[in-house]
Amino acid sequence: MEVKILTEHYDDDNFRTLEGYKAKGGYVELEKAFKMKPEDIIAEVKASGLRGRGGAGFPTGVKWGFLPNNGETRYLLCNADEGEPCTFKDRMMMERAPHQLIEGMIISAFAISSPKSYIYIRGEYVYAAKVVEKAIKEAYDAGLLGKNIMGSGFDHDMDIYLGAGAYICGEETGMISSLEGKKGQPKLKPPFPAVQGYLKKPTIVNNVETLAAVKYIIRDGAEAYKKHGTEKSAGTKLFSVAGDVNKPGNYEVPLGYPLMDLINNECGGMKGGELKAAIPGGTSAPIITAEEIQKATLDYECLAEMGTMLGSGSIVIMNDKRCMVDMLKVISHFYHHESCGQCTPCREGTGWLHKLVGSVVEGTAQETDIDLLCEVANKMKGRTICALSDAAALPVLGIVPKFRDEFQFFIREGYSKVKGQAHA
Amino acid sequence: MFELSADGKEFVKKELARYETIESAIIPSLYQVQKENGGWVSEDAIAHLSDLMGIPEARINEVFHFYTMFNKKPVGKYHVQVCCNVACAMAGTREMTDMFLDEHKVKEGEMTEDGRFTFTRVECLGACDKAPMMQVNEDYYEDLTPESARNLLRDLK
Repeated sequence: MEVKILTEHYDDDNFRTLEGYKAKGGYVELEKAFKMKPEDIIAEVKASGLRGRGGAGFPTGVKWGFLPNNGETRYLLCNADEGEPCTFKDRMMMERAPHQLIEGMIISAFAISSPKSYIYIRGEYVYAAKVVEKAIKEAYDAGLLGKNIMGSGFDHDMDIYLGAGAYICGEETGMISSLEGKKGQPKLKPPFPAVQGYLKKPTIVNNVETLAAVKYIIRDGAEAYKKHGTEKSAGTKLFSVAGDVNKPGNYEVPLGYPLMDLINNECGGMKGGELKAAIPGGTSAPIITAEEIQKATLDYECLAEMGTMLGSGSIVIMNDKRCMVDMLKVISHFYHHESCGQCTPCREGTGWLHKLVGSVVEGTAQETDIDLLCEVANKMKGRTICALSDAAALPVLGIVPKFRDEFQFFIREGYSKVKGQAHA
Repeated sequence: MFELSADGKEFVKKELARYETIESAIIPSLYQVQKENGGWVSEDAIAHLSDLMGIPEARINEVFHFYTMFNKKPVGKYHVQVCCNVACAMAGTREMTDMFLDEHKVKEGEMTEDGRFTFTRVECLGACDKAPMMQVNEDYYEDLTPESARNLLRDLK
């Protein structure tokens, strides 16, 4: 069953305005937070077990704890460069509840003593950016941003920054490069952004959903927040479900929720055929088969045990009419297109993978190319500055071994085993 | 020679002062150029921006070429970007794009003869629950059918 903490008032059109947001308890937690000590807020977030909702799942409070006490200006960056294919939760959050994000950000900024924050929004989200920009203006006009917020003595400025079309800018150091007015190429870590980030200053980068959740940890307390979810995956999370289900959309469920329940209850069941497979955490996550889906629960640990990941919380459901050669072709095209070109294994590897999958469809592949696909993918893992190379390799290493027969059939017969035709 | 309008120049000036470093103003300024130049950024516009911003051309070019949303050649009045990533491909956008190209007798990324359209296949635009979808200039159009998409393009003024 859905548990609506973040999304409780999302159906209320007025919730996106300051007035409507305040009518539903908006900025009450900010006032509460100002009465707390910043270190107590960090402790509460740490105790809540909140983990990064953008994809990596790193504990938020722990990340905040990495900030050095060297007196340097600290920056807070909200990662709203939602680019992981089939993820559309942050867009909804910004469009429906911009003040929820802003309040979460001011609380977080107060906790980490940051005077300035940016919301880095992907360039395609023009409408979301307009909504957020308007909300920031409302917040300034109401004294919720700027100098001496609510008489607390805390000053904070917030601005948005619009990207211009690059998946790689969702990687935190790539985002920092982009915000600095450069190509969005990731940087070697360490130093991590918390030590040396935006303009080489200590910087915390958190996802939209992560920052919005901070408000509710302050409202209900860490213990109450932890009541939802599992021991290692606390709280609720938004899942973007797309593909072959009757009711695709964003659903907020407690972590640990069975994937089959999400498909059957929230998403209205399968559409157009029987369940075949699912990509559980954005296209970078290795695919799981119908059999595995029966046992899958939506938490970090269960999916990791299955050799895949929760990632950004985007789920693509596929029915038995879907050709896996075709799916991999679409996915590998994406990573080839988005590789920033900085590291050789990724720049060359993503192209090679895409070419190899293409050759299966075009009828020029040999059966040995199936193993070559996996070999190339394996050599791309863990050898680059950022995780894009791994993100390109993992879908191959999921799909090819699990649906090897479809690749073999395509190469031998020259057409798709599933579709019965040459064009997958 | 391309030159920004007075308002455009004022915008660039404000952006230069808006962020901690002037280089952060490159992306917003390129957007401004694209808006005033009929949807794309020309070489002389980069030179103009360089003069205006006090940033070397090479530095602006680096940013210009990295990001896909800056168009490197002229595009039609309506830039139709069809999402062909996983969820939309599953919902038939690749075939839909072929249909557009066929009906408008144009290649992907090229402008139709009347200058109305440019069609491009793009990656995930984050509206997968409403697949198939496409973006025309700044607007999203969702839950399309080949028929509704065709009508929509026909009715664009």
